[in-house]
Amino acid sequence: MLRWFRAPATETQISHGQRLWLYVLCVIIMVLLVTPTLIVIPMSFSDSQYLEFPPENWSLRWYEHFFGSAEWMRATKTSFTVAFLTMLVATPVGVLAAYGLHASRVRFVRAAYLLMIAPMMVPVVLVAIGAFYAYVKLKILYTVAGLVLAHTMLALPLVVIVTGSALKGFDMQLEAAARSLGAPRWYAFLTVTLPQIRFAVVTSALLSFLTSFDEVVVAMFISGGDNPTLTRNMFNALRDQIDPTIAAISTLMILVTTVMMVLVQVFGQQRKPPPE
Amino acid sequence: MPTSRVNETGLRLDDRLERLRLFGLSSPAILLILVVLVIPVGWLFYVSFVGADGQFSLENYQRMIDRASYARIFATTFKVSFLTTGICILIGYPLAYFMSQLPPRLASLCMITVLLPFWTSLLVRTYAWLVLLQRQGLVNDWAIGLGLWDEPIKMVHNMTGTLIGMVHIMLPFLILPTYGAMKSISRDYMKAASNLGATPKTAFWTVFFPLSTPGLFAGALMVFILCLGFFVTPAVLGGGKVIMVSMKIVSNIELFVNWGAASALGVVLLSLAVIVLWVASRFLNLDQISGGGH
Repeated sequence: MLRWFRAPATETQISHGQRLWLYVLCVIIMVLLVTPTLIVIPMSFSDSQYLEFPPENWSLRWYEHFFGSAEWMRATKTSFTVAFLTMLVATPVGVLAAYGLHASRVRFVRAAYLLMIAPMMVPVVLVAIGAFYAYVKLKILYTVAGLVLAHTMLALPLVVIVTGSALKGFDMQLEAAARSLGAPRWYAFLTVTLPQIRFAVVTSALLSFLTSFDEVVVAMFISGGDNPTLTRNMFNALRDQIDPTIAAISTLMILVTTVMMVLVQVFGQQRKPPPE
Repeated sequence: MPTSRVNETGLRLDDRLERLRLFGLSSPAILLILVVLVIPVGWLFYVSFVGADGQFSLENYQRMIDRASYARIFATTFKVSFLTTGICILIGYPLAYFMSQLPPRLASLCMITVLLPFWTSLLVRTYAWLVLLQRQGLVNDWAIGLGLWDEPIKMVHNMTGTLIGMVHIMLPFLILPTYGAMKSISRDYMKAASNLGATPKTAFWTVFFPLSTPGLFAGALMVFILCLGFFVTPAVLGGGKVIMVSMKIVSNIELFVNWGAASALGVVLLSLAVIVLWVASRFLNLDQISGGGH
């Protein structure tokens, strides 16, 4: 242990002991990053009306309340439906766009790329009231289709960025080779390019799902009526009081996120090539 | 040789057509962004210049100058954005540095602590802080139990709570690009610096830090821009005491149904974001943001 303290930590020969403050600080920061979210999980199993930690009596009453409430169930169904459809729409549209921008190399590609990532840069409140207005005119306010359109738009930058950076690492000559052997472009894309960027495509799909599932502000404006989303109802509940049911829902949402992230790790990551 | 000339122009034309056709693949995405984002925001832009009588007018902007409450809202927005960005740099930079020095396996383990909150719903995290920081909350209970302070401190429904929540949510946006920039710094530079007699401190500040600034600036810029338009966290943790521009926009629509006022505020907010981006783009390479984030 003492030897470790004196051992050089970096190329500048600073010892671990001299940097102990950094290690302590960083561990504290990492604990602070993770615990607030995780602490909600045990709290949600408390029997008490007031959120306590650790809970004195354990119970599932807040989960029963959630699963027993028609209103919460309807919101949950809307959220899952919209997120799933957003994933189905945003992924092909975004991948096509990324491929088109990457392969075409026309002069206005840069402008088009900026347009693609604009949904990330425009303040989301502005997106929300703009969509609200447009949807009133188009008569698709409070519909699943409207939500899917708006969420797809919000997810597009992520898909274009993730897929686009994978395409940058892909050798387009492989596709050219396939085409010179007689494959039509779409066939070359499907059989040569797509398998090479499949990890990025899977990641994009899962990120689109999460983008939609977690989205609050736009849903606040354009979801409602028969189709409120889970986040919309949660936000409204938060403004009123601290309802322990929210802790139960939060726990379930953390579960969904975790499952998605594990899927990204399992299916979305390229196996590291062996070192050359 | 006229035939080859014809072939050449023909080929070039074919190539152009082919590229345009490829570009057409992105048309569904472009169309969607136009219909759901650009046209509605353009309409808001138009509405912001229409007065109550339906004529062209600047009254919606004049109101922002005349009323002191608007100046306060903009001041709050900038204050929250600057403070959040500053605290994120102070906390995020050391952590990114720490992770960049670790062996890969440990580093990816630590990375989970950054990515886990990053992908957890923002609403869930905001709710968690609301629960932790409330008067009877865990932080007060433990601090009093440990003797850090005697009476419950009000940490939520005010600026403190807002900042704590915002920093927690923004931190990954700063750490990820900073970490990326740090990882790309060759360790040989530090070796060379110390070989030439630099103390660890000098080597860090004159070699490592300057090389890491592109990532740090890109991250800080991202955080600042996101803070300017932030809504959920200040709305929940601010308890009505921290009013940011985005919240005023929402209340203008929800409470007063005043599209003109809301649009004008939105236009100003968007312009601020664009100006900040434009100024920043003159000093650093913006591709870092889109490339370094995820």
